[in-house]
Amino acid sequence: MKNKVMNWTWFHKLGSPKAFHALSGRLLPWLGLAAALLISAGVVWGLAFAPPDYQQGNSFRIIYIHVPAAMLAQSCYVMMALAGVVGLVWKMKIADVALQCAAPVGAWMTVLALATGAIWGKPTWGSWWVWDARLTSMLILLFLYLGLIALGQAIGNRENAAKACAVLAIVGVINIPIIKYSVQWWNTLHQGATFSLTEKPAMPAQMWLPLLLTVLGFYCFFGAVLLLRMRLEVLRREARSRWVQEYLAGELKPRVGP
Amino acid sequence: MSFTSFAEFLSMGRHGVYVWSAYGLCLLVLIVNVVGPLLARRRYLQQEARRLRREGRP
Repeated sequence: MKNKVMNWTWFHKLGSPKAFHALSGRLLPWLGLAAALLISAGVVWGLAFAPPDYQQGNSFRIIYIHVPAAMLAQSCYVMMALAGVVGLVWKMKIADVALQCAAPVGAWMTVLALATGAIWGKPTWGSWWVWDARLTSMLILLFLYLGLIALGQAIGNRENAAKACAVLAIVGVINIPIIKYSVQWWNTLHQGATFSLTEKPAMPAQMWLPLLLTVLGFYCFFGAVLLLRMRLEVLRREARSRWVQEYLAGELKPRVGP
Repeated sequence: MSFTSFAEFLSMGRHGVYVWSAYGLCLLVLIVNVVGPLLARRRYLQQEARRLRREGRP
């Protein structure tokens, strides 16, 4: 029995704002560095070295930012729904911080996926926008993000806002499999998935390797930006606690001169 | 290398406008997402510094 209790201490420790702030501060520079390296390597490779597509020519190079943005937009939502579950079940405060801080980043990534998709659609399909299942379900994802942001800001009481946002995030997760399988369930202009866990990509390695780099880079970027936002939010929420006061005193020391 | 000259690289075989506008937009979104939180953090620290100065001097 005692052993079982011991095993879960790390989980609760991670949920403590102080431990989170210390750990994330050490992790952040590495995530940022990995994101910068992976994205720049993938983009240079994809733009200048990957061979052109035999049908789409060079417009296909938009894939190196479109696919990572779209994957991240969906992963971010799933993460928020998980944070919602953790917040509702275990009442961890850090889960609500994660949910609130991830929403704007997810919204930006959805906008980026929709915009780069529109720019890609013009030379490929001859139209900026079609009311296709994939595109429409991505648009709904954007509305879910905007709804979550608005809901989080509209409710004054932090605990109530956390509960409402958690429920909305969990209910909205139904949209994710719809986005994923939309290209199979409905007739669509949109092409199928580039990566799958069970099959080799249909394109040559020279084409999909740079995409793998930018996808990984975007995930690192998301991690770094999320931690950046969460660290500030934790400081704000815990402003009265002693460790925040001590941390701020340390941060502000050089500026508080004579 | 997939292109023989820099001009060819820029024109992207008639798709230059689309490719470069998509990448420009991407760069913009990434920068906004980094600079926004950094500025918010700086504002917060400045605000706290002011508060500490106010409260520190009786």
